[in-house]
Amino acid sequence: MSVALPAADIARALTRISHEILERNSGSDSLTLLGIPTRGAHLAKRISAIIESIEGKPVQTGTLDITLHRDDLRLRPPRAIMPTSIPALGIEGRNVVLIDDVLYSGRTIRAALDALGEVGRPKTVQLAVLVDRGHRELPIRADFVGKNLPTSSNQSVSVKLTELDGSDEVVIDS
Amino acid sequence: MKHLLSINDLSKVDAISILDTAEKLARVSDGPMKKLPTLRGRTIVNLFAEDSTRTRISFEAAAKRLSADVINFSAKGSSVSKGESLKDTAQTLQAMGADAVIVRHSASGAAQRLADLEWMSGSVINAGDGTHEHPSQALLDAFTIRKHLAKGADDLTGLRVAIVGDVLHSRVARSNVLLLTKLGAHVTLVSPPTLLPVGVSSWPVDIAYDFDSLLESVDVVMMLRIQLERMSDLFFPNAREYSRYFGLTKDRLQKLKPGAIVMHPGPMNRGLEITADAADSARSVIVEQVTNGVSVRMAILYLLLAGSAGEIAL
Repeated sequence: MSVALPAADIARALTRISHEILERNSGSDSLTLLGIPTRGAHLAKRISAIIESIEGKPVQTGTLDITLHRDDLRLRPPRAIMPTSIPALGIEGRNVVLIDDVLYSGRTIRAALDALGEVGRPKTVQLAVLVDRGHRELPIRADFVGKNLPTSSNQSVSVKLTELDGSDEVVIDS
Repeated sequence: MKHLLSINDLSKVDAISILDTAEKLARVSDGPMKKLPTLRGRTIVNLFAEDSTRTRISFEAAAKRLSADVINFSAKGSSVSKGESLKDTAQTLQAMGADAVIVRHSASGAAQRLADLEWMSGSVINAGDGTHEHPSQALLDAFTIRKHLAKGADDLTGLRVAIVGDVLHSRVARSNVLLLTKLGAHVTLVSPPTLLPVGVSSWPVDIAYDFDSLLESVDVVMMLRIQLERMSDLFFPNAREYSRYFGLTKDRLQKLKPGAIVMHPGPMNRGLEITADAADSARSVIVEQVTNGVSVRMAILYLLLAGSAGEIAL
């Protein structure tokens, strides 16, 4: 087990991602942040707080559960369904930023795009992740990446967050 | 878990996970996503060898919201009315590739038999078998009670429920007794002695013959339908006498404690076991039971069919 990203690096990465999101979208007025439960939802809250402190006004933030849109439901026992909350202004015509902890096969994001399609038609959909560990199985890439972690597919990457695990760190188990 | 045949198949944890899943699915259906792709490509057969309105429609709506293909099969107008046996019917459904069969039958144990004899490989969901059980109804009743009265708790500990009426013929009552007591509620059956089943003294419930004595202490009044189609004997002298002693009238409604709710599994005999005043009052959650039924049945279908043939793992 090795620590790939200590707490201070996670904080810096989230601050940088927040600035990059604002730069790309010329401010926060058109933005809607949607975190993918469980850890993506907590990261979305943190990014939302950072953007609010930069811009001085709150940004539309919610969660998008993708469980019911997964393509691997048949392969394992049923999963618990997590809450979805779409912010008041909806996603129609907005610049939506999906936020997740780890980008791996890309299947979660494919499911998220399907789930978004059920809700409405955003102007753009962008993707922010804390860790990109490679090994994509679908043509999907992230717009904002905290850290690229080259891994082998038999390693596992776990993101720990204070809200759930008591401390912030990203560790690689092999 | 592959089948849902009886509340006895569920542990308390399983039951709570079904209710929790239903709560989340209810929020999804209230939200912008009306239709979910979760069961796309699965075939679900509604095999109804006995009449039903809301259970069949509710399962159909639940399956369709999860994008499953639904085939409705009722005894009238099918080969069942020509005398085809349950076995041949089941094998026909198997040959068509049904992933699940939702079965309603007038014979107690019909669903169990379908599941045990492996005439077909899919899941079997009991939607009411004779006077035995109706598990999805009990789950939606527990869901409705929990939503109104549990004050954020997982289970129903400390709540007092009166189940009033024809317990003898009621599969709803049997499933509810099993489930509500499993979830910690205290259940009292209120019925004329002629409408209580043999052996009821061994059930984990109290028995009362005087409805009025309970009105001020219960949190939930669940009225059962007088099943006119099963009334081959004289169980009570006449309908007026039954209503006078066991009907939920306006007077009885007013004696209920604040916050108490009135339930009925439907279809109601207005004026017999429940008056229109009671059925349409602000305490009545009867229409809401129907709405909740769809969410609870979505949860059942999701947990039984969405994953690999594994157990409920939450």
